[in-house]
Amino acid sequence: MISRLSDEKSRAAIAASIERRRVDARGLLFRTVLQACLLLTLALLAVLLITVAFDSTDQLGARFWDFLGGTLRSQSGDEQLGVHQAIYGSMWIAIIVALLAFPIGIGAAVYLEEYAPRNRFTSFIEVNIRNLAGVPSIVYGLLGLALLLNGQIFGLDRLTGGRSTLSGGITLAILVLPIVVITSGEAFRAVPTALREGAYGVGATKWEMIRTQVLPYAAPGILTGTLLSMARAIGEAAPLILVGAVTGRLGDNPGLFDLGALDERFTALPIVITSWTQQSGRDAGFATAAAAAIVVLLVFVLMMNSAAIGLRNRFEKKRG
Amino acid sequence: MSMTDEAPRLIERPVAAAAEPQAAEPPPAAERDVVFRSHDVNVYYGAFRAVRDVTFDVPKNEIMALIGPSGCGKSTVLRCYNRMNDLIKDARVTGAITYRGTDLYDERVDPVEVRRRIGMVFQKPNPFPKSIYDNVAYGPRVAGQKKGLDDVVESSLRKAALWEEVNDRLNDSALGLSGGQQQRLCIARAIAVGPDVLLMDEPCSALDPIATARIEDLMQEIKQDYTIMIVTHNMQQAARVSDTTAFFTADVRSENDTRTGILVEVDTTQKMFSNPADERTENYVTGRFG
Repeated sequence: MISRLSDEKSRAAIAASIERRRVDARGLLFRTVLQACLLLTLALLAVLLITVAFDSTDQLGARFWDFLGGTLRSQSGDEQLGVHQAIYGSMWIAIIVALLAFPIGIGAAVYLEEYAPRNRFTSFIEVNIRNLAGVPSIVYGLLGLALLLNGQIFGLDRLTGGRSTLSGGITLAILVLPIVVITSGEAFRAVPTALREGAYGVGATKWEMIRTQVLPYAAPGILTGTLLSMARAIGEAAPLILVGAVTGRLGDNPGLFDLGALDERFTALPIVITSWTQQSGRDAGFATAAAAAIVVLLVFVLMMNSAAIGLRNRFEKKRG
Repeated sequence: MSMTDEAPRLIERPVAAAAEPQAAEPPPAAERDVVFRSHDVNVYYGAFRAVRDVTFDVPKNEIMALIGPSGCGKSTVLRCYNRMNDLIKDARVTGAITYRGTDLYDERVDPVEVRRRIGMVFQKPNPFPKSIYDNVAYGPRVAGQKKGLDDVVESSLRKAALWEEVNDRLNDSALGLSGGQQQRLCIARAIAVGPDVLLMDEPCSALDPIATARIEDLMQEIKQDYTIMIVTHNMQQAARVSDTTAFFTADVRSENDTRTGILVEVDTTQKMFSNPADERTENYVTGRFG
């Protein structure tokens, strides 16, 4: 058929019929708008980073180690001004969140996804965990205040020392717990049925199947979720203010690994940033200090993220 | 608790013990040893009855093929024999299935032990995201074996006709193997726990003809050691590999739009494909239906 049709005339007709005749203007417009969205995002981020980096040079450029080793002061000109206490607070809060929220959250997710019966009660619980993840952080601050400071329940304030790094860490661990449960649960749900059946098929018990198939396969997903929740915890200021983070002047400056100071008065990087920005109205020097603290916080988060990404890649490689 | 250690118990249902074949209604396996015996098996998913009143015997050291159109419940039936349906929510099995005389659904039976004896190969090759070695050693490891794993891995891979192809890269990921190799690896993995029966759920449906031929040869080679049940959509495959064939079909009720799988006929493969007793079987195997 085709060979008979392919004389010169019909070939020209076919060529003409499939020729490009119009420009896809709408497609082009759509693409341009999408590009603009990306550029706008990047531009805003760049402006933020550049101004912050520029403003921070007064502190980080001129007195780098003094700023990192310094403490909370009431005057911006004070040569002992710095973020050492804030680094101590943020670092230990992160560690406490990791130690408390991750095992409990992942454990709860394993139970909910793998063991709990599917019924109205469990879906009710799931919906509420999702709701909890959306509750404003200040509410968790109030919970921490009641639970850990005022000693209204169980007398926990004696254990945490009231307004302390420990209280801050526990409060933020409770804050991220629902996020950890939800993201881990999603990671478990993504484990292929074929893997589960394969394990059962050669005589694995439920626990062996979970330990050898579900957990390793879900590990990268869990890690991504916990990483997100950690970044959230590190950036929170409001709940920490409620559990008594110091914004003014803080005398003691514990060593970075001084466990004895965990139940003492504390501050953290977002608190310092908030407080110094507020004070910059009366004492302009605090503006550069706040910018420098922002840079420190960004580096802190970046370091944590790269560690988590490195771990995730290793898990993913293992998964194949 | 292993199952063959127990003396075969009589079940309250009208199922003869494995040792004494029924005289009244001679099953095709009358003079042979019987591994499985099912009697009036029904499988329900919630209120929906997926399979109705299935009764047949599975003879020892033979290959039994389950054939039939899609949705006739043959995979569902296969999964009854190693309690795989237990994993599906709301799935319920009634009737009696005995394995060497013991009721598989007795409450004293541990499904984990059942699955060690009655291995399974799935439709899509499902190697674990681990090394070739760890895939084969997985079953023995979860069973608590620590020593002699090298030997188990080698002999299982040899039986699965895969050893020559992979012995120089046992520590590579199993996911790097071709589809056919992956399926043979899954067979090796199932063999490694020393099962008595292999259940194969359309093991070649994701493979090309060459890989399929290798699996079929493999089945012939290992059938003196194992009893094999295979679900297949491919009638030529059933005719080529099996000794006995069971034909299932779907009983469609248009008034409430339900399909229930029923067993039409079981007989030697030769008879099923040349001179079946039931017209529905003949229509199916000659390609006039389904």
